[in-house]
Amino acid sequence: MLQQFNLSGKNQLTSGGHPAAGFYGKSFNFDQAEILPMRFPLSNNRLPDFRLSPHIDQTGVEERAARFTKRSIKKESKLNSLKLVLSMIDLTTLEGKDTEGKVRQLCYKAQHLHDAFPGLPAVAAVCVYPTMVNTAKRALQGSGVRVASVATAFPSGQAPREVKIRDTKYAVSQGADEIDMVISRGKFHEGEYAFVFDEIAAIKEACGPARLKVILETGELGTLDKVRRASDLAMHAGADFIKTSTGKIQPAATLPVTLVMLEAIRDYYYDTGRMVGMKPAGGISKSKLALHYLVMVKEVLGDDWLNPEWFRFGASSLANDVLMQLVKEKTGQYQSANYFSVD
Amino acid sequence: MPKPPTPKKKAAVRLKFDTKWTYNPAPESRDAAQIRPQYDLFIGGTWQRPSSRKYFDTINPATEEKISEVAQAGQADVNRAVAAARQAYEKTWRKMPGPERAKYLFRIARMVQEKARELAIIESLDGGKPIRESRDFDIPTAANHFFYYAGWADKLAYAFPNRKVYPLGVAGQIIPWNFPLLMAAWKIAPALATGNTVVLKPAETTPLTALKLAEIIQEADLPPGVVNLITGAGDTGAALVRHGGIDKIAFTGSTEVGKIIQQAVAGTPKKVTLELGGKAANIVFEDAPIDQAVEGVINGIFFNQGHVCCAGSRLYVQESIARTFLRKLRDRMESLILGDPLDKNTDIGAINSKKQLDTIRQYLAIGEREGADMYQVSCPIPARGFWCPPTLFTQVAQSSRIAQEEIFGPVLAVLTFRTDDEVIEKANNTPYGLSAGVWTDKGSKVFNMTRRIKAGVVWANTFNKFDPSSPFGGYKESGYGREGGLHGLLPYINLDR
Amino acid sequence: MEKSLKKSSQPVRGNGVEKRAGNRRLEVLKTYKLYIGGQFPRTESGRYYTPTGPNGRKLANVCQASRKDFRDAVVAARNALGGWSSRPAFNRGQILYRMAEMLEGRKAQFMEELQAQGLPRLRAERDVSASVDRLIYYAGWCDKFQQLFSTVNPVASSHFSFSVPEPTGVVAIIAPQQDALLGLVSVLAPVLAGANTCVVLAAESLPLCAVTLAEVLHSSDLPGGVVNILTGKAAELTGWFAGHMDVNATLYCENDSSVQRMIREKATSNLKRTVFYADDDWRLPDAQSPYRILDFQEIKTTWHPIENIAGSGASY
Repeated sequence: MLQQFNLSGKNQLTSGGHPAAGFYGKSFNFDQAEILPMRFPLSNNRLPDFRLSPHIDQTGVEERAARFTKRSIKKESKLNSLKLVLSMIDLTTLEGKDTEGKVRQLCYKAQHLHDAFPGLPAVAAVCVYPTMVNTAKRALQGSGVRVASVATAFPSGQAPREVKIRDTKYAVSQGADEIDMVISRGKFHEGEYAFVFDEIAAIKEACGPARLKVILETGELGTLDKVRRASDLAMHAGADFIKTSTGKIQPAATLPVTLVMLEAIRDYYYDTGRMVGMKPAGGISKSKLALHYLVMVKEVLGDDWLNPEWFRFGASSLANDVLMQLVKEKTGQYQSANYFSVD
Repeated sequence: MPKPPTPKKKAAVRLKFDTKWTYNPAPESRDAAQIRPQYDLFIGGTWQRPSSRKYFDTINPATEEKISEVAQAGQADVNRAVAAARQAYEKTWRKMPGPERAKYLFRIARMVQEKARELAIIESLDGGKPIRESRDFDIPTAANHFFYYAGWADKLAYAFPNRKVYPLGVAGQIIPWNFPLLMAAWKIAPALATGNTVVLKPAETTPLTALKLAEIIQEADLPPGVVNLITGAGDTGAALVRHGGIDKIAFTGSTEVGKIIQQAVAGTPKKVTLELGGKAANIVFEDAPIDQAVEGVINGIFFNQGHVCCAGSRLYVQESIARTFLRKLRDRMESLILGDPLDKNTDIGAINSKKQLDTIRQYLAIGEREGADMYQVSCPIPARGFWCPPTLFTQVAQSSRIAQEEIFGPVLAVLTFRTDDEVIEKANNTPYGLSAGVWTDKGSKVFNMTRRIKAGVVWANTFNKFDPSSPFGGYKESGYGREGGLHGLLPYINLDR
Repeated sequence: MEKSLKKSSQPVRGNGVEKRAGNRRLEVLKTYKLYIGGQFPRTESGRYYTPTGPNGRKLANVCQASRKDFRDAVVAARNALGGWSSRPAFNRGQILYRMAEMLEGRKAQFMEELQAQGLPRLRAERDVSASVDRLIYYAGWCDKFQQLFSTVNPVASSHFSFSVPEPTGVVAIIAPQQDALLGLVSVLAPVLAGANTCVVLAAESLPLCAVTLAEVLHSSDLPGGVVNILTGKAAELTGWFAGHMDVNATLYCENDSSVQRMIREKATSNLKRTVFYADDDWRLPDAQSPYRILDFQEIKTTWHPIENIAGSGASY
């Protein structure tokens, strides 16, 4: 069983300040380099050359990703993993028409997914716009469910850096435990990697104690090579999590894209010894697909990532499908959506 | 709780795959397959008892339990089978219009698809290969092969410009135990499409899917004698090879036996094609798409427990990335699941036979004696059956026997290189020439390498890919003749004006 | 000329010009040597034999090549293979055409030799002309047969798969024994057009043209070692031609089943390809064909992935 994760208590990860500072500053540990020779030669301004990120063969990635879907998850392992999926969900509402009422309902659901089925975990977090953080924070008081807020001119990221920093600081001041930022995709496509890097580092600093998830918006990056490059860049700049998508652009999360990001996390971990979390978001609405993601995490990164501290699903409708599967496993009967609350 | 971001000690930077979340067994149901307790010989469209009245057991290599027993064909049975094939050739098949031959092959292809699940189960039971592979690769590809060659039967005039195409007559075909049904399809489909008739001998350890195919052929109402199936060991094969009524021998198997066959037919007009052993080089350059290369190397050597003639059994990795690459290989190997071939989650099934396991173990001992470092996955090994965990040898020299000889098991020899010229010389430094792999993101290097490698199939940035439309076969001691594609018709025809 | 040859009782050398006593100038005789690696050495064995013409006249003292000469020739052919096979096909075509030009230019000499070896004049002329034409025929094929025998394979996965012919390698040829020039050219040309290198054993009793052909090749921009020509005893050398571990294919052109059997048996040592052209009539039109090039080709299939949609999965 996998209930060893602890969602209460404060996240200690970022208490040491900007992690990239340690890696690229004077304290670079050459013992680490022995494990994996430096893949990124440092240029004069000590920024890695992200054009040297490993190349990706798309067909090979797709074949590998398809292989995970061949795993057959049955019985106990299915039951356990479905509960694990629930505990990894960032229950999300990111609409222009969001109201306090809607957010409060969502927060209740986050803690009471399906009370007819005892022993279910709460979700990992509720993800809202900065203006709704305060409402969510109050609604989730004492539940252990965290409040995540998108920031930095979500979803386009088309705003000056000062605005993004203020956006972030506002969300944190309202009580956000986690910040989901977007990278400047335009600058990234222009090859302005230093700009994107600095921006992430600045937002990281603005986050203070909050964990930073960096949304790459892979649907706008165009190739898996760029997904890998953006992943490396985000992690080196200080991301605690890397995340596929805003959910506003199609395609959002896919197995191949997530695989490339998980491999980047693994390489970064071997490089630096620092764990970075992963959050596929958007497009994952079926429990079977969610299980494929878990299989992928398990076989690429291993045990240490198989918990809500290091893996999240950004999804809104996934929870109900998982609930239906759980009840089906328990009762043996296929379920109807009408028996599970939508919000 | 997660640790603060201070870099961990070297020893701590390691991924843990001994996960608490394991997949429950997900076995495919054996009951979905109908297996008779005893199989006779399929000669002239009927099931006939062997003249010796002798039968031998075929066992499940994962449990060592008997599955069924099959007839042991002797000289008299071979005579009958060849006579039936000859009669069918002269009386019906050679005269049959191409479109009609095509329709028979299409019909067989469809029936293989209809019975795909049953065939997959039997293939895994009899041969030990994971059900995922027999279900997703062996059986569908076999059906596709029949489909592909069915379409050629009435289009041969377009295949060889300015020439007329004639069948050879009766083809004797001997197939190996690593892809039993698929190899049967590779042999039968082009032979029938070109108007030949067939006497096929499957391997003695894996006869069951070929026998099921004979049932399908019967059900498809193929004219009696067009396909005959005789079971037995090497003696039966030898009798078939030496039979005077055979016009053509097609053999897939070891180079050793291939040479014996060529010797045996030397004084005869029999045509021969041989698809034999290999020791493929899988070459990874520092600019390769590294994680896909890891996956390609894994599939290259551990697909079907390494019982693959084109297995990428020699890994050449450029020295600048060797340590990283090895680390990634080991991590990937840790997620391979060894066990019950019928379990849908199994990656590594059983070794096909006790004999083959002994051979593999001999090579493991040789590797250790040669001073190479052996690394084996730490997975549990079932108590019964024949098993070999995925194995990696590092510190291997070009002159090591484990780098030169075909092991035909899940054993990878890792060598390093520095320059393009060096690696091409080492890759070609072998009597074999069946396949090779090249991993680099640089297009011009891909073509430089694939052109200079002396091998019949070269996979660039991929490995172990097969398709009915794609010719397969070797250079040098890996044999001659091609199977698959337009070129796969040539071994079964005469061209004349 | 032909007439005088027949009447003469003097020994005749292979150039077909008879030695005369008297006031006429003493003719310079041609020495028939081997052709190995672009050089014209004598046999290392120091042996010679003296084939005779139709009336029992001695044709010449010809080198009787040994297995060691063959060994050296294989080394030369192997060394030449990389360069020859990586030349542009167009360039190989030009060289074959150049060979035809040079052959045409020495027509008289070949005719004389053929006549000395027993062919009537008309037949000799026709054979030389046909040999020139055959070279031109294959010169044209050099950069075309690949397109004829290549395929792009419509595989079901996201890969580009194509199959192309490549040279088998070093080919050991026992040339047609009854046909001094046209037979030799007919088996040599497709092997060369297919970018192989070769060692040829000339017709034992009709070796003169083979040695002269070597001189043609030598002056045709053909790199040394691509073609190596030996003269000698087929019975002595055929086994070596079939057994050598660094020879990739053996071509034999007679209908002797015991020799064929021996070749197939010895070829087993390294599974070299064996090709038999039994009793082909080289004067017939179908004695030339791209399928004869294919006889000395290996089909290589290459696969590469196709990135057919954007990395993010968008459908463009």
